[in-house]
Amino acid sequence: MSKFNVTRRGVLKTGAAAGAGLALPTIFTSSAYAVTNNPMGGTVTLGFNVPQTGAYADEGADELRAYELAVEHLNGGGDGGMLNTFSSKVLDGTGILGKKVEFVTGDTQTKSDAARASAKSMIEKDGAIMITGGSSSGVAIAVQGLCQEAGVIFMAGLTHSNDTTGKDKKANGFRHFFNAYMSGAALAPVLAKMYGADRKAYHLTADYTWGWTQEESIVAATEALGWETVNTVKTPLASTDFSSYIAPVLNSGADVLVLNHYGGNMVNSLTNAVQFGLREKQVNGKNFEIVVPLYSRLMAKGAGENVKGIFGSTNWHWSLTDEGSKAFVKSFGTKYGFPPSQAAHTCYVQTLLYADAVSRAGSFAPCDVAAALEGFEFDGMGNGKTLYRAEDHQCFKDVLVVRGKENPTSEFDLLEVVEVTPAAQVTYPIDHPMFAGGSLGQCNNGA
Amino acid sequence: MLGISKKDMTILLVVIVLALCAPFILNPFPTGSAMAQFNAGYPDLMQRFVIFGIFAIGFNILFGLTGYLSFGHAAFLGVGSYSAVWMFKLLSMNVVPAILLSMIVAGLFSVLIGYVSLRRSGIYFSILTLAFAQMSFNLAYSVLTPITNGETGLQLTLSDKRYLGQSVTESGSIPVTNFFGLEMRSTYDLAVGGWNFQFNAGYYLCAIIMIVAFYVSMRIFRSPFGLMLRAVKSNQQRLNYTGINPKPYTLAAFVISGIYAGLAGGLMASMDPLAGAERMQWTASGEVVLMTILGGAGTLIGPVLGAGFIKYFENIFSKINDTVLHQWFAFMPDGLEDVVVFIVHPFVGKGWHLTLGILFMLVVTFLPGGLVEGGQRIAKLFKREKAPAVPPSDPEHHPKETPHVAE
Repeated sequence: MSKFNVTRRGVLKTGAAAGAGLALPTIFTSSAYAVTNNPMGGTVTLGFNVPQTGAYADEGADELRAYELAVEHLNGGGDGGMLNTFSSKVLDGTGILGKKVEFVTGDTQTKSDAARASAKSMIEKDGAIMITGGSSSGVAIAVQGLCQEAGVIFMAGLTHSNDTTGKDKKANGFRHFFNAYMSGAALAPVLAKMYGADRKAYHLTADYTWGWTQEESIVAATEALGWETVNTVKTPLASTDFSSYIAPVLNSGADVLVLNHYGGNMVNSLTNAVQFGLREKQVNGKNFEIVVPLYSRLMAKGAGENVKGIFGSTNWHWSLTDEGSKAFVKSFGTKYGFPPSQAAHTCYVQTLLYADAVSRAGSFAPCDVAAALEGFEFDGMGNGKTLYRAEDHQCFKDVLVVRGKENPTSEFDLLEVVEVTPAAQVTYPIDHPMFAGGSLGQCNNGA
Repeated sequence: MLGISKKDMTILLVVIVLALCAPFILNPFPTGSAMAQFNAGYPDLMQRFVIFGIFAIGFNILFGLTGYLSFGHAAFLGVGSYSAVWMFKLLSMNVVPAILLSMIVAGLFSVLIGYVSLRRSGIYFSILTLAFAQMSFNLAYSVLTPITNGETGLQLTLSDKRYLGQSVTESGSIPVTNFFGLEMRSTYDLAVGGWNFQFNAGYYLCAIIMIVAFYVSMRIFRSPFGLMLRAVKSNQQRLNYTGINPKPYTLAAFVISGIYAGLAGGLMASMDPLAGAERMQWTASGEVVLMTILGGAGTLIGPVLGAGFIKYFENIFSKINDTVLHQWFAFMPDGLEDVVVFIVHPFVGKGWHLTLGILFMLVVTFLPGGLVEGGQRIAKLFKREKAPAVPPSDPEHHPKETPHVAE
């Protein structure tokens, strides 16, 4: 079985390389394999599974806007957005493989159970051939596992934990977003340059999977540059008041506070820290500093004045001036009246990448799509040259180090890009200990 | 037959027919039509209907009979799920040992929590169970991560041992849950005209277990033990004065309903081998309370109806988005279409909680007995039309009809 698989893939690759029409592999797949939800009529259905209620509802709403925009562009509507700047030119605005793109939406509620139920109904009831979305690593990992079993492709949305493409990676799952390791590798050199190499760091970490992998990544990256970690404290995810966690920081001898928090958690902990006057303090003869490793514009907006001058990293920012970003910001802004968030960007890009992979493979079969995505190099999507690594299905691209802007010109202009860390600096070997322990397994075409 | 009265037999038969014919009943609209959005006859949702039905039946044994309102029943559901997934990880992918272990573990856990919580009654009991459930949730979420895999949830991996089964299938993927070889996810599609009916092996396993669970609960309701539990509900003081210690009875009821919850959790994991901490969260405990009250607390069939009602809203209404609305109202002139969509919008999609809340409010206000009372009123309406001519033989001394809690 598996041997036959490899041969078929070989056939596909040769076919593509020779430029022999795309019809042959299609005939192969439809006759050789049954594929879950293989679209038969004139339409193809994609499943957009995002949090519409709960703590990450803001991100979810923005993701949904991006998905709708992507579908519009794929079907030839609007101004085409990134289709014009994308280095692969297979997509021509006639849907995917000539089939009009339709979509269904669901609410993950940021709960693994609800997310899986919603994804299942998309697969079983609505006939979705691909599931994408998620605004939390736990949910992304749960849905990725489901898609692997059901035999559809999962294009992860906003998920930053190392585990998504680490110990929980799956053959049918793909992630465009960056991860905690990359945040650490990009952020640490900038921090060392700005704040010196002999700092003492104190970590407050959201007590769940994502927080732990981020803490581990930042500790490793900063200690490699000479920093010392004084203490790491876990805070419950449901906390809204962090005063009791901030007070001990004052007497710990630390001169940097790292907040491994996201969303509302980060807004509250940063506000508390600033209220305690940490930023005006002098410790060990140096200015006390605060760092927020994973930033988003929506969080910066929530924290208001407090983010000014604070460093962090981000996957993408709307103020980038490459052609891809400009095209995306323009069409998103025209449609909705404000610039997109990084969550919107990654979801938009994932949808186009999927459509492109299907078109290049000439088939909707997940194994063919996966083969087309593995090792795919592209450009013009806002992050410069990007590689979808075949071994773990993670995208490798430049990472942005950002800082809260001192003098914002608008309510959206809250972050400034300090440095674009090149992809080479954040690339890690496939057997890196932070990502060890899992395996992709075999791709699954489903029924 | 089966030790139940003719009337109960009818109820049981209705439940059996509903459960076995669900793929037809829940798929009333042809697949291609605009109304297909409201179809609920796909395996995952049908499984959820019966699994939460079991959960609510068990909860009703405690709440409906003894009146003890537990706000922490989701903890047993979660414990059951975790035990089942561990069984899949360590032993084999057969669902039978997993379901048995989940019932046993949930039973033991409920003995522990019940023993402590039942020292108090009323609101104090509710708060105690809530506290225990939240404690379990927080433990599962972070402290016990080696056992529960924290926020990510416990999942199967390719490196699991599975001493009596295989770790990896020949094609290199994780084996799927089965009942002595019958795969839980195998589905037979029956296409009749425009309809597409799905018969899923996992659903039918759940449905049969639900029927058995329903029968057992019916026997408990009609037994002397059930009568004793009702006595606890109506007046515990009086029971004490007559020299009966109600505690063993309430504890037994608590443990039985805990085992039901564990069974539901085990089945959930058997249909979809994943266990997440949020299954234990207080919102999940609250949900089963809502199901029972919405359907009719203390009635046999009410909790099952309530479970179906809430799960239907969660899964069907939450998926209606603006695009779908525009399709529905496309026949209207443009301006009017936008207005209608604007009005309907807050009640569907992410607003499904709002619709559910309004319906819940209406049911509790106008039908205090839940959906079952609604059904009874309708039935009464028809009865009055059919046989109005038979007057009671002695209208003066007709005993006043007492509301029987178990109908």
